[in-house]
Amino acid sequence: MEQHTSTFRLRLREWLATHMPRQDGPARTGSDRDPARHRLLQRRLFDGGYAGLTYPAAYGGQGLTAEYQEVFREETAGYELPTLCNVSLGILGPTILDFGTEEQKRRHLPAILRGDELWVQLLSEPAGGSDLAGCITRATRDGDQWVLNGSKIWSTGAHFSDYALCLARSNWSLPKHRGLTMFAIELHQPGIDIEPIRQANGDAEFCQEFITDLAIDGHDMVGAENAGWEVAGRLLYHERNLAGAASPYTYGSEAESTPVAPTAAELVDVARSSGTTQDLRVRALIAEAHALDAIQGRLVERIGTGIATGALEPIAGSLLRLFEITKVLHCSEASVDIARSAVVVWPESDTGRLGGQFLMRQSAALAGGSIEMQRNIIAERVLGLPRELAPDVGVPFDSVRHNAPARRR
Amino acid sequence: MWGYRSTRSATTRRRGVGDALRFDASAEQQELGAITRRFLEDTVPLTALRLLGEKSPAGFDRDWWRRAADLGWTSLLVPENLGGSGGSGGGLAELAIVAEEQGRLVAPGPLLPTSVSAWTLAQAEQTDVVRRALDAIGSGEAVCAWVRGHDDGPWPQSRPAVRAVRTNDTLSLTGVARAVEAGADADYLLVAVCLDDQVAHVLVHAAHAEQAGLQRQRMHSLDLVRRHADLTFDSIEIPRAATVIQGDQGRIILQRQGQLANVLQGAEMVGAAARTFEMGLEFAAERYSFGRPLASYQVLKHRFADMKLWLEASAAAVEGAVAAVADDAPDAAARVSAAKLYVGQKATDIVQDCIQVHGGIGVTWEHDLHLYLRRVTMDRQLMGTPAEHAEYLAMLIGL
Repeated sequence: MEQHTSTFRLRLREWLATHMPRQDGPARTGSDRDPARHRLLQRRLFDGGYAGLTYPAAYGGQGLTAEYQEVFREETAGYELPTLCNVSLGILGPTILDFGTEEQKRRHLPAILRGDELWVQLLSEPAGGSDLAGCITRATRDGDQWVLNGSKIWSTGAHFSDYALCLARSNWSLPKHRGLTMFAIELHQPGIDIEPIRQANGDAEFCQEFITDLAIDGHDMVGAENAGWEVAGRLLYHERNLAGAASPYTYGSEAESTPVAPTAAELVDVARSSGTTQDLRVRALIAEAHALDAIQGRLVERIGTGIATGALEPIAGSLLRLFEITKVLHCSEASVDIARSAVVVWPESDTGRLGGQFLMRQSAALAGGSIEMQRNIIAERVLGLPRELAPDVGVPFDSVRHNAPARRR
Repeated sequence: MWGYRSTRSATTRRRGVGDALRFDASAEQQELGAITRRFLEDTVPLTALRLLGEKSPAGFDRDWWRRAADLGWTSLLVPENLGGSGGSGGGLAELAIVAEEQGRLVAPGPLLPTSVSAWTLAQAEQTDVVRRALDAIGSGEAVCAWVRGHDDGPWPQSRPAVRAVRTNDTLSLTGVARAVEAGADADYLLVAVCLDDQVAHVLVHAAHAEQAGLQRQRMHSLDLVRRHADLTFDSIEIPRAATVIQGDQGRIILQRQGQLANVLQGAEMVGAAARTFEMGLEFAAERYSFGRPLASYQVLKHRFADMKLWLEASAAAVEGAVAAVADDAPDAAARVSAAKLYVGQKATDIVQDCIQVHGGIGVTWEHDLHLYLRRVTMDRQLMGTPAEHAEYLAMLIGL
């Protein structure tokens, strides 16, 4: 195996040097990224035989092990990569792989790998984020078709994406988790209005969707009718892997949105700019960030092994997400402490990145499931502690009290 | 309604070994852990520790230590051709499993100094003196203290606390080495010394050195059964042949000794924190307040979730450090310091939090929790505190 990966490594190294652009300056993130360029880079990887290394060959992938993805990650350091495709490659693609019909897989997976299709997940709603199973977007059966009505929110880059997996309530008389169905929908069509949401830092990476009488073909159901919660659970598993730097499908750990804190390595530059590298407190903060970074790689390995050997439930991936949040929050605090006045006052020639990041700090502990939900999951499903009292479990959903549907602003 | 679903923690406990360390332990490693745990439970159960601490000045029984040595504890870092059991992988992963089990049961015994000393002697030229010492340490007949001195400046001190000067055919040692584990009771002392601006390692017969004037001052230790002493060398003459390692090697060996020591402390802290965490979980599940188990309160559930993360990340940090030190990897020093700064902090946090969960009973002499707090605090404070390792790591990353 070692020998195979080393041949692969050399071949890849040579190919990258002639086919992929080097990174100039810090990696572009969030709304700085140009979807057309990322689609093009993804296409280039595909044509070179380096897209979807761990995807089955039958669907356009290379059918290789995660080891090869690791080699890819190491060798591509310093190259510009189509990170905008991470959500499609790491979350939606794998979910289709798990639950899609043969036809859905053949239709969408090669297109994702080619960069032709960008996907997003439509799970959260204005009426509730953490309580995902309390979803109130309505799917009404109409012969072989379904009709969707409702609103979704916090979808990253929906305005430039092509498809989505959308969770909707297909049966209101069943208990909340058992009346949901997952649908694959095309985003740009009549019946869906997509509005970008302006964030506290002025960026607009997220969107809200308003869905009105959207007709969906029965073939576009992913998983069985009323089995959407199972599909969503798997989707969230892949999302946690991506957010916890443990996805075998993607280019690095960056999940979806703009990083909200400098990395451990960037903190060193922050300290150099503020002239504080000899301050003992600053050195300790940076050392800790560095330690968290070093430990994270090992933790990903450890939890992965634990899940593979059955010592841990797959849900233990939540630990990785909690660690990532902890690390980001530490780096955020550290950057503000270290940079001093530069966080709040900066010259026109600068970007004021640190201040902007600090405004968005909490999104690290919100996006992809709040830190409180992660702690609940770990306590209840990893450690087996008693569940929170839930008056909405085991009763028909139409008798459960919930928030009002969102109205168009 | 508040039924306690005992799931993973109970399952992993049934595995019997490596609760915290290594999900990828081999069958042999699991067996080693299981044997170690059985031996400790049978011979030095928690119930016997307080008495042992009161009755035994050394904190451990020599016959017991010989039996422990029979299990291979003292020879894991010694290669087979020198009479040890360390394979090409070096045996550090196995020793870390033993150390973790020691933490789980707050075990007595000079595992750290004998391991570091035996490893060092195995690196030395195999003279008769070295061979005899290695054999005696390996069989548990003799105990060797590792003397590098503390409180002489932030970790890692570049200069050992003891200086050596050449006289005609002897070396003369001067200096005070503080907080030397098993320092008052050891038969051998492996002393790191400054010699001609380099670091050398000398092997000293404790009894001979005492005749030559070595002062061994027994100190009080926070741990009930791990004992420390301050050693005062005041122009103590020893044969030059006692030098087992010198030249450029000396400093490298000193650095690797420090890495080994910190890895073993880390593994022990992980074991101690893992057991304390189990105690906390069990207590919270069984203790009822306002008609429901403590474990059903979200504020405590979240606390346990955090502790679980700290525990897993600590185990991962130690695994990383073990691998790096075993391979003598270029980043070994950084891995070790990253582990010490994280595990040292989090292990004490976990134990203190579990004491909080227990309420008042957690701060009584009668309850076992303080035994664990004593152990993790000792490991955290010696061989570089988390803060010292943070500063060292800052330097290593170029700050």
